[in-house]
Amino acid sequence: MPRLYVSLTVNGEPRELLIDPRRTLLDVLRNDLELRGAHRGCDSGDCGACTVLVNGLSVTSCLVLAADCEGAEVLTVEGVSADGQLHPVQKALVEKGGIQCGFCTPGIVMAVIALLENNRHLTEADVRLGLAGNLCRCTGYKKIVEAVLSVAEGAQ
Amino acid sequence: MGNVIGQRLPKLDAPDKATGRTVYGHDVRLPGMLHGRILYSRYPHARILRVDASRATKLPGVKAIVTAADNPKTKFGYGKDNTPLKGEVVRSLRDEVAAVAATDAGIAEEALSLIEVEYEPLPAVFDAADALKPDAPLIHPERGSNLFQRYNYFHGDLAAGERESEVVVEADYELPYVAHAAMETSVVVASFDHRGHLTLYSTTQIPFLLQRDLAEALGLEGSDIRIIQAAIGGAFGRGLDIYPFEPIAALLARKAGKPVRIAFSRYEEFLAAPVRQPAKVHIRAGVRRDGLITFRDVYALLDIGAYVSWGTVTPLVMMETTASLYRVPHVRFAADCVYTNNPITGAVRGYGNPQSTFFVETTMDRLAEALRLDPVEFRVLNANRPNEETPQGLKVTSCGLKECLEAVAARADVESGKSEVGGQMSEGERLTSHFPLPASHLRRGIGFASTLNVGGGARIYRSDGCGAMVKVDDFGHVSLITGSTEIGQGSETVLAQIVAEVLGIQVEDVNVFNSDTDVKPWDVGVHASRTTFIAGNAAHLAALDARRQLFETAAEMLKVNPEDLIAHDGKVMVAAQGQGSRGAGEQGSGGGRHPPSANDRPLSVELGRVVRARHFREGGQVILGEGWYDPPTKLVDKDTYKGNISATYGFGAQMAEVEVDTETGKVRVLRLVCANDVGRAINPMAVEGQIEGGAQMGLGYALTEEVIVKEGRVLNPDFLDYRLFTTADMPELETIVIETDDPQGPFGAKGVGEMGGTPTAAAIANAIYDAVGVRLTTVPMTPERVLKALDEKHSQLTLPEAHRDDQDAS
Repeated sequence: MPRLYVSLTVNGEPRELLIDPRRTLLDVLRNDLELRGAHRGCDSGDCGACTVLVNGLSVTSCLVLAADCEGAEVLTVEGVSADGQLHPVQKALVEKGGIQCGFCTPGIVMAVIALLENNRHLTEADVRLGLAGNLCRCTGYKKIVEAVLSVAEGAQ
Repeated sequence: MGNVIGQRLPKLDAPDKATGRTVYGHDVRLPGMLHGRILYSRYPHARILRVDASRATKLPGVKAIVTAADNPKTKFGYGKDNTPLKGEVVRSLRDEVAAVAATDAGIAEEALSLIEVEYEPLPAVFDAADALKPDAPLIHPERGSNLFQRYNYFHGDLAAGERESEVVVEADYELPYVAHAAMETSVVVASFDHRGHLTLYSTTQIPFLLQRDLAEALGLEGSDIRIIQAAIGGAFGRGLDIYPFEPIAALLARKAGKPVRIAFSRYEEFLAAPVRQPAKVHIRAGVRRDGLITFRDVYALLDIGAYVSWGTVTPLVMMETTASLYRVPHVRFAADCVYTNNPITGAVRGYGNPQSTFFVETTMDRLAEALRLDPVEFRVLNANRPNEETPQGLKVTSCGLKECLEAVAARADVESGKSEVGGQMSEGERLTSHFPLPASHLRRGIGFASTLNVGGGARIYRSDGCGAMVKVDDFGHVSLITGSTEIGQGSETVLAQIVAEVLGIQVEDVNVFNSDTDVKPWDVGVHASRTTFIAGNAAHLAALDARRQLFETAAEMLKVNPEDLIAHDGKVMVAAQGQGSRGAGEQGSGGGRHPPSANDRPLSVELGRVVRARHFREGGQVILGEGWYDPPTKLVDKDTYKGNISATYGFGAQMAEVEVDTETGKVRVLRLVCANDVGRAINPMAVEGQIEGGAQMGLGYALTEEVIVKEGRVLNPDFLDYRLFTTADMPELETIVIETDDPQGPFGAKGVGEMGGTPTAAAIANAIYDAVGVRLTTVPMTPERVLKALDEKHSQLTLPEAHRDDQDAS
């Protein structure tokens, strides 16, 4: 299989990749760029653990071909905390008890950031619908939703 | 209590998890690491005539292929009936026939397609009852029968119970396969060093038992095996046994001479990870005219799959719920665990308890209804009380069952007080909750259920112990090295809180080490809601031992008696009059006492200085406290199954408010109120998290989750077709923590890990009955099943609307 050159920006840094065009963005992030915060929970877009932002939109990176990201700006969980400080969404999830095993957490952080980009004034219904693609098996979601609402309210 | 116990503290590991720094099993990469893939059987039952891997061997990138020829001679697993790879016969579709290690997973996958296997299909059996028939194909012919184990428990006199009964009810239940559905799939990385010692990076919940099991499966010594647990992305019972992929990874690594990683796909996780075992249950139960329960008689038929794992021990827990949830004078519980050609079954959170609570607590509702008793009053009347021994031999100490029931009942109908429930059709207006009144095809109802669960360990091995060590370094920093395992439940933080409380420091000053069998002291494993209680008591003892050593040296430095010292604010200090450790119960903590007031001459020394003074002297010593806790419990008697299996018991109750769509059969849970007696909440936020997470699993068990297996094949091996509750599906969830201060728990705490989901299905089923008058005896209670039940009811009775219309007309 011939390889493709792909240029993209990941967490603000330009990256050049020479990759098999069949590979997914998740695979490339985890195995070529050593960004393992995006997790592989299902590889079929059902669980949301691999959620990252591509040009500001939240995507399940297991369903995106890396080759389709030519010129794109990709933001992963490793890129959201500035100056060693937790992003407000991360901080809220930590402090409100929204993290247990944490495997789903990076995907939830990214999904929430995308939700807040669209709408700073999220209602509980917005949050519940907006996170319905991010499965969590540990928390029962209650504290996740509370954490997100605390950030959304703070932003109002 | 002091500074740390009872605080809503964030998990210590949460910031790393939130920022993507945490290294999970899936993230482990070793130099030269190969990727392993497993070839599973094509038939649920077949003779293997030939395995030819020659074409696969030639594929560039393939470094090792293993087949049954590479198996050690020994068998492994709970029933000693399993081998890593299968050579002569495959007994289920998840049976491992060969495995490949290659330089990348794609090559390994391609190599699997090049392995030729010739099978001769054999007659198969997919139903436990069929498997017991005399002409059934035998899964393990050398055993002579498909019946692996029979349980027979009784207490009291069933016939007397029948005679005393005013009402007797009985019903048949059918319970499904359920998956753990941990977000991280099973993963293992196996690596041998130059001495031939194996290091296994594993998602196991039983690192020390796995050491032994693996040694047996691989023909090694236990001391040749080191288990490292990377961060585990959820487990829920999945990792309580050895499963073939683990020795297979080791066999591949040994053959290739390189580390080998096997990471399950989600499909494989549904196919090959153990599942909650399906059961068919018959229950018969009675009650006296005055509302006291007379007897319960249960028979359960369990399909354990083609090999034995912990699925076959779940009747012990079903039996506990049957015999000891409420006071029941006469009980018989019988169960048969049967081999079939279906998927292997294992331990899943609650471990038999969601199943048994479903059939016991829906039966309780029928009894209450038959006597026209309020379902909560009926339960309170029969509730277990503190400090009583059940006929099964469970020694109940702290017990807040009544309080739990009353707490959820108080939330059932906040405005009008107690609601009228118990088999009456919901009229909608009865509930004064804030949800808008439903349309005419929507019916509302509420239901209750309770739960009893081990809360002080569960002695299923001869030891139920855990070790702990507390080291204080010369900067005053504290390391807790615990045998227990963190699987996301928050044990690290809770154990650190216990140590911090004793040593008078902040929880952030405690580092917890819990992931390496070469470092940590022994532990049975993380199961049975045991970690807070057992590992907590061990950590408490180790911290007290470390504190004793600190006080010994500090006393010399401060020229006082050790008994006059307390640990507070990172220092050892002289206590105010009468507040030293002398005479204080060791259950209490130094940190809980008050430092001397400013008027007293403050005499204190920082922890680090105490440790340095102990190091830098002739005959120096380290500060290293040790603790071992094995609760005062017994293995149940092997013939009668009686005995006090746990040092204490957790209790809980739930109230569900549902809305049933009578046109579609869809059940929507509006509210779920969960009250749990947790002894004492060391970290209330973590306790709530356990209950809420358990409730999510319980809701799934009630309404959506079923691994559909047909002729041994899993038909829905993905999250699109195996439906977990999402944020959008979750009801309003309310958690009530009841504290009863357990006499043996660390700072009064007892286990809570499993109780959040055990009564949920029963509470919802009872609420459905309250809403529309049908009793569901199968979970999940899908729209199809609800609609079918409504249709059956309709064909027998007039629907209430029609009934009302008639009345209106007249």
